Amino acid sequence: MNQNILQLNEIKRDFIMGSETVHALKGISFNVASGEFLTIMGSSGSGKTTLLNILGCLDKPSEGSYLLDGIDVSKLSRNELAIIRNSKIGFVFQTYNLLPRTSAIENVELPLMYNRAVSGRERRQRAMEALEAVGLSDRMYHMPNQLSGGQQQRVAIARAMINQPVMILADEATGNLDSRTSYSIMALLQDLNQRQKRTIVFVTHEPDIASFSNRTIVLKDGKLLRDHINENRRSATEVIAALPKAEEA
Amino acid sequence: MNLANLLKIALKALRRNKLRAFLTMLGIIIGVASVIAMLAIGQGSKQSIQGQLSAMGSNMIVIRPNSNLQAGARLDATSVQTLTLEDVKALQKKGTFLSAVSPSASARGQVIYGNNNWPTSIQGVNTQYLDIIREWKLSAGANFSEKDINTEAKVCLLGQTVVNNLFQHGEEPVGKYVRFAKIPFLVIGILSVKGENAFGQDQDDIIIAPYTSVQKRILSTIYFQNIYASALDENTTEAASAEISSIIRTSHRLKPSDEDDFAVRTMQELIKTFSSTSQLLTILLAVIASISLVVGGIGIMNIMYVSVTERTREIGLRMSLGAKGRDILFQFLTEAILISITGGLLGVTLGITATRMVTYFLSWPTLILESSILLSFLVCVITGIFFGYYPALKASKLDPIEALRYE
Repeated sequence: MNQNILQLNEIKRDFIMGSETVHALKGISFNVASGEFLTIMGSSGSGKTTLLNILGCLDKPSEGSYLLDGIDVSKLSRNELAIIRNSKIGFVFQTYNLLPRTSAIENVELPLMYNRAVSGRERRQRAMEALEAVGLSDRMYHMPNQLSGGQQQRVAIARAMINQPVMILADEATGNLDSRTSYSIMALLQDLNQRQKRTIVFVTHEPDIASFSNRTIVLKDGKLLRDHINENRRSATEVIAALPKAEEA
Repeated sequence: MNLANLLKIALKALRRNKLRAFLTMLGIIIGVASVIAMLAIGQGSKQSIQGQLSAMGSNMIVIRPNSNLQAGARLDATSVQTLTLEDVKALQKKGTFLSAVSPSASARGQVIYGNNNWPTSIQGVNTQYLDIIREWKLSAGANFSEKDINTEAKVCLLGQTVVNNLFQHGEEPVGKYVRFAKIPFLVIGILSVKGENAFGQDQDDIIIAPYTSVQKRILSTIYFQNIYASALDENTTEAASAEISSIIRTSHRLKPSDEDDFAVRTMQELIKTFSSTSQLLTILLAVIASISLVVGGIGIMNIMYVSVTERTREIGLRMSLGAKGRDILFQFLTEAILISITGGLLGVTLGITATRMVTYFLSWPTLILESSILLSFLVCVITGIFFGYYPALKASKLDPIEALRYE
């Protein structure tokens, strides 16, 4: 818990739009320790997406340093960033982003396809374990269009875990789901966080969802507005139990 | 990402759009098939012309008198008489590139048997002419001998056309007498059928006899119209032709300043002329066919661009999961190459089938060279790489952030 997985120091990101320079991030610093469940909140235009892209190693800061698992990412090349994404980050998207007409297990295997060190047999084995961990062991060979939204997001979470990343980066991962399904996804993430000690960074704009994490960062106009520990963290499992009875999502 | 995975992904992508993949391939299929078929037709006609010319004796060299200046007047080649037995003997003695030399004296006239007659020509040659120079077999009887030449024997060999016209009721010609220029010749053999030559002349409309008999008994001359020679093989015809010139010049005692009073022609020259024509035809056909191959390649490029655009989100996802630019490049390149290889293989099959059908239904001579199959297949693979490269490069250069948000 003491080791810092993410170390952000005075991160700035400027975009040049024609003759104007837009300062999307104006110097952001924070650390994330291993095993934390962090939510990043902010309205649109707050720099949330830009920060997410930098955290996900899809983009590089204009200024400042970003250390991911001790590696200074801001100095890496395009190819080196790809390797970092492959080995250290697991992405979960709002729109699931599963490959169409490709079975759940093959979707989960995808990140390991780009890792030469893992054999085909091991890849399949790990994909099965990941799907079991998200409770989809009976849906392994289903195509995405045969799965519900919640199930698709579970497949995406399994995919994010398969390369044993140091951080799972979720971008509005419950944005397309109804509240019951959202809670069950949050329950799954809480479970991964608590039992497997996974570090999770969750970007959202719903305070409701943020209350399931143990720390929240709020951005405004490219600056850090608030960084606080959630004293009364809610358990998603209990919230679901308290909901009026309905069919399983 | 290893090759097996790349192939798996490419196959899956193609299977998702079977009809589109097939239509894209169709361009390549038609291109490859037409290149193969066109080359086969071109090569076939070339081979058939060469075959016909070779049947006349591909090593054959013809020496004929040439018009030369006599007392200031140019004489007609046919009336010039310069070739004698001395020349033949000189060639036989000194020629090192020659496998056989035969004089030739011929006359036209009516040949008569019973109440049938037929206008034809009689050619007087020596014993080597049929065997070595023309490689012409007998279908019945035997060739005449040296003794027949020495005794100016009245014996002859009949061509099949002559046989057909004189012996209309199926009598056995060997042992019968036919009359040519009032002289009775004993038929001792029948020539096998040789058919028309490349110029449409009936080669079977001929009577062969010892040259002495024709020369002395019919023509009453010491000159020959032609001397035929045969080079050792096709490659020595040039050397043999030069050698013949020098030997005959010596034999005719020509001064270095004198022009030849004879001319040497080889079959090789003739074959070359005809071959170059059909070679040109082949190249022309192949070029036209290659255009369709290029058009097929453009089809691949087009569909790959569509595919890259369609799958922008997929590319973004793959990149965010750790695919390097190179991985994406190879993924799309593999797809393009797979299309072109599959199209190429189908095209080869179709090309061979089409060629067979051309031969079967139109009776055109065709010849499928392995090299033409290999060539068109290689061109097709290179086309796939070339036209697949730019769309794949475009895909590999996409920005993962924008690609992920692409709608």
